[in-house]
Amino acid sequence: MKLHEYQSKQLFAEHGIPIPHGQMTMNASEAKSIAEELGGRVVVKAQVLVGGRGKAGGIRVVNTPDKAEEAATQILGMKIKDLPVRKLLIDEAVDIKTEIYLGITNDRTRRCPVMIASAEGGVEIEEVAKTNPDKIVRVWIDPLLGLRDYQARYLAACTEMPREHWREFMSITKGLFQTFIQTDATLAEINPLVITGDKGLMALDGKIVLDDNGLFRHPELAEMRDLDEEAAEEREARKYGLSYVKLGGEIGCMVNGAGLAMATMDVIHLYGGSPANFLDIGGGASAEKVAAAIQIIIRDPNVKAVLFNIFGGITRGDEVARGILAALEKTPTKLPMVVRLVGTNAEEGRHLLAKADMETAVSLADAAQKAIAAAEAVEES
Amino acid sequence: MSILVDKSTKLLVQGITGREGLFHTARMIEHGTSVVAGVTPQKGGEWVMGGKVPVFDTVKSAVEATGSNTSVIFVPSRFAADAILEAADAGIALIVCITEGIPVQDMMKVRRYLDQMGVRLVGPNCPGLLSPGTAKVGIIPGDIAIAGNIGVVSKSGTLTYEVLHALKQNEMGVSTCVGIGGDPINGTSFVDTLELFEADPHTEKIVLIGEIGGKDEELAAAYIRDHMTKQVVAFIAGKTAPPGKRMGHAGAIIEGGEGTAEDKIKALAAAGVMTADQPEEIPGLLQ
Repeated sequence: MKLHEYQSKQLFAEHGIPIPHGQMTMNASEAKSIAEELGGRVVVKAQVLVGGRGKAGGIRVVNTPDKAEEAATQILGMKIKDLPVRKLLIDEAVDIKTEIYLGITNDRTRRCPVMIASAEGGVEIEEVAKTNPDKIVRVWIDPLLGLRDYQARYLAACTEMPREHWREFMSITKGLFQTFIQTDATLAEINPLVITGDKGLMALDGKIVLDDNGLFRHPELAEMRDLDEEAAEEREARKYGLSYVKLGGEIGCMVNGAGLAMATMDVIHLYGGSPANFLDIGGGASAEKVAAAIQIIIRDPNVKAVLFNIFGGITRGDEVARGILAALEKTPTKLPMVVRLVGTNAEEGRHLLAKADMETAVSLADAAQKAIAAAEAVEES
Repeated sequence: MSILVDKSTKLLVQGITGREGLFHTARMIEHGTSVVAGVTPQKGGEWVMGGKVPVFDTVKSAVEATGSNTSVIFVPSRFAADAILEAADAGIALIVCITEGIPVQDMMKVRRYLDQMGVRLVGPNCPGLLSPGTAKVGIIPGDIAIAGNIGVVSKSGTLTYEVLHALKQNEMGVSTCVGIGGDPINGTSFVDTLELFEADPHTEKIVLIGEIGGKDEELAAAYIRDHMTKQVVAFIAGKTAPPGKRMGHAGAIIEGGEGTAEDKIKALAAAGVMTADQPEEIPGLLQ
């Protein structure tokens, strides 16, 4: 789960990291009054959960409250990478001397957090990694020991941090580490961390990604989820404990198990089709869950045919069949459907579905080819 | 005839009195696994499986009373990291964690602690282990595979079943199937499992089933190139997965251009590993 800049910076501030004075708003006239309170010269920043806001014109520095209102009106009317801007952060403008990158994430291969710093702040770290890899320093943090002082000093030394700022920098690295640990984050990033002309170090921009599996420990963070920033289908799917990703093709898929769901997409592609979605109904799915999954799939206007691929284990074939029939009774559809059921109670499931007008397949390859043919037939008719 | 689990396995089930625990304990016993004990806090003293398996409050007391050497964990995600540590502290040598949804920071601590103790963990978020006809620890349906000399190692659940099913249809048997799980931080890796298969005299060929995310398949490719004498064939799921989106498994995500199926297939090919375009082609590659 991604947090907005204003949310991330708030969490940084709670862990002792200095941030600019500022406030989030959803309307332009309020942007003006916030700018007045902040002394006139402010930065108006679009709050959307994608990168590249600056390049898209979603970040503007203005000198007066009137200009802030004007910029806010413009930015609130924008779409950045297809996401409409609904929220703005109005921050005091600060006098930037130097920009640094400071972030922490998990290193899967070393199985521990890694803190990353670079004297090349203000640009995406992936960019720096490509163009100037020598400018990136990393310290790996023992999960049982936590971040140690010498590691923070090493980052300060390698980013050519002026010595008078080392104390402050070390306190910020600790604050960042604490934010990361205490929110169960998988990424916490300050970019840029700036040395200002008069106010010391400050986190000018921030980004936090939370581990969905850790959210049960943080109900207050779970509430920060911005529902506007998610596809409606993904939101609906989560409500039912389904894992769904929209892909844009024309063969809707419902599969049990994430690996098999990906393999099903790949096989559809292999035979010249394009999958409309990834959808994993999970293990032991009930008829109700299956029905919800089908509704989500057939609501997608791109879908021309639906493929069910169920390998029964904990999931029972008859239960899935009942879910399919219940969903179709509730929401009748003319979309052609191809079913492949194997494993636990598959025979019973196939028997139930034989009554409905549904094509069955003996293998994944067979199912994919039948679904593709059915989708093409729909297009031609 | 197998790695990790066999007739010497004396299994303990953590979370045995839950719905999943009871259901799968019965299946494991049916498959010939020796289930010697169960643990559910505050239910010590009860018996399950028709009075055949005693339940204990703690893993330590269960191990002391039964000599259990392997544990399988079915407890809910918020208690699972603690359950793994409890098993390790009680002297269990092999822990198989089925539970999905353990926070990654918990797993990093657990993994570091287990490494220090020299305890092996399989999973979490995995279907467990199956040595067909000998022993089963976890949830892999016992009837979809027959005994034989092919080792299977996989990050996935039902995709593994698909491959086992295809092998069985071609009358190809399996020594052991190891589900290592789809989480970003797990216990046993592809490389660890390949090492065990390479050393196992009953395993002749290996099927590796990977997916997008991380570098475990690339590390496996390097290991195969440098250390393996046995044939390995592969399937990698997620060729059509978009970057930046988590595909069901917590670990299945292409991030910062890393973890694509293309890179993995390329690395495997460079190590002489043939990768199937679809699961049903795997038996053909093994012939």
